[in-house]
Amino acid sequence: MKRPLPMLTDSNRFFWTSGADGKLRFVRCTACQNYIHPPVPVCNNCLSMEQEVVAVSGRATLAAVTVNHQMWIPSMEPPYVVGIVEIEEQGSVRLTTNIVRCDESDLSIGMSLEVEFEEYEDVFLPVFRPLATAIDSPSGER
Amino acid sequence: MEKFEHSAAVTGMGMSEVGRRLMRDPMALTVDASLAAMADAGLTREDIDGVCTYPGMVPGAGGFSGAGAHDLMDTLRLKPNWHNSGLEQAGQLGSIVAAMMAVATGLCRHVLCFRTVWEATYVQLQRTGQIRHSGGGGRLSGGMEWRIPYGAASAANWIGMYCSRYMHDYGLTKEQLGQIAINGRKNAALTPYAVYKDPMTMEDYLNARMVSTPLSLFDCDVPCDASVAFIISHKDTVKDCRRGRAVGFEAVGTANTERVSWDQGDLRYLTGIEGAADMLWSRTDLQTQDIDMVQLYDGFSFNALCWLEKLGFCGVGEAGAFLEGGQRIARDGELPMNTNGGQLSAGRLHGYGFLHEACVQLLGEAGDRQVPNSPQTAIASSGGGVPGSALLLTAP
Repeated sequence: MKRPLPMLTDSNRFFWTSGADGKLRFVRCTACQNYIHPPVPVCNNCLSMEQEVVAVSGRATLAAVTVNHQMWIPSMEPPYVVGIVEIEEQGSVRLTTNIVRCDESDLSIGMSLEVEFEEYEDVFLPVFRPLATAIDSPSGER
Repeated sequence: MEKFEHSAAVTGMGMSEVGRRLMRDPMALTVDASLAAMADAGLTREDIDGVCTYPGMVPGAGGFSGAGAHDLMDTLRLKPNWHNSGLEQAGQLGSIVAAMMAVATGLCRHVLCFRTVWEATYVQLQRTGQIRHSGGGGRLSGGMEWRIPYGAASAANWIGMYCSRYMHDYGLTKEQLGQIAINGRKNAALTPYAVYKDPMTMEDYLNARMVSTPLSLFDCDVPCDASVAFIISHKDTVKDCRRGRAVGFEAVGTANTERVSWDQGDLRYLTGIEGAADMLWSRTDLQTQDIDMVQLYDGFSFNALCWLEKLGFCGVGEAGAFLEGGQRIARDGELPMNTNGGQLSAGRLHGYGFLHEACVQLLGEAGDRQVPNSPQTAIASSGGGVPGSALLLTAP
């Protein structure tokens, strides 16, 4: 299945190609350890411009979800699930993504998820599936 | 409190024909609305010394952008002292606030403001091959790259997620949400220009096809073709305008206090409106109980729900209970809402329709759909998800 894909730039290439080794990565401020997403050259917390790209656990919590039933993109046949997930390391860092390998009836806000990647051309899209062994059951209220 | 809002007034309103697939040039719609607004104010084009619009000419925006300020200035040979347009404003009504500032500062006496959409016709032209997608196969950037690869291509997806979260957190039911759509449809029956006027029952609403859970067809507004225009004038000119009286401004809310993002901000309600709502009340002594009607942005039903709550007409998480049964927001209820049908039924006039309806009602010129007991105050809002704005308007 084809997808519309992001234009890779010097600021976002690390993110969209990160899945090549199966790991999800974000920019983190070296001064205050704040994760920054989407990537911008300055920390929105402390304004430091020193930052590094770090791998995260790939675990996340489902914060909001919708099952899309209308076709918007010819190559993407509905229904499919779109969710906003909060990464385990810092709940304020979120990704809009697809929730995969999950029946619609099993979707619930607060559920634990883990990343996997779908490869299209030079892009590894991070998507999320239910966490194999749910460690905890966050309430979704962070 | 001395404030710039009191320097400005709405002396004229104009609206083109409104409809689906009118197959008219969007500039023709824009001229219709603009000339109607000038005539309504008793002015001619020589009197217009300011032009302001949302969003202006946006390359690639298709039916979203019908005419730019420069297009209209040249078409009507206007000679403004000041003009302005932009997509990055506090909602579509941010362009009205810009015009108010232009008259308050003395740059202009009469600013022509307009908003033109031709989304229904544009889609039809695409379908029939008369307009071709430029490019295609290009890569995404400018914010879209974070959502479109996942098929989250519509605001229905983005807002559907917020709505699902709100339902999870506060127990809002689909039936409660549906009161916004049903109320709009009921009101639209009496609005001559409304796109959808057929009666709609709760059953119709609940059985409509799903677009993106929990939002189904009637939670989504109707793309249409239309132009709406206003003359925003300095208050000193009101006596010389056609009516000799005009709708005034009591307060504006344009603050943005949140992440400008569809996923990085607070997920408990649509972002981009809390700052505007708080600022509105900070600039007036009036309170919610002093407001006689609301015209709240309803690109999706959930937008209007969030405005109700953030403006303080009900408590946090209480909008569902507030909407229960629908009587409170009915035309003869305690807080008449979207009395022309809103964008859900009247059509996506994209922000400007709410101000138009507020003005018509406050002037007592709404005909069959006139809110009873001579309403004196109204709030019109725009935006949500993206930075929004709210206007508190007063009868002459």
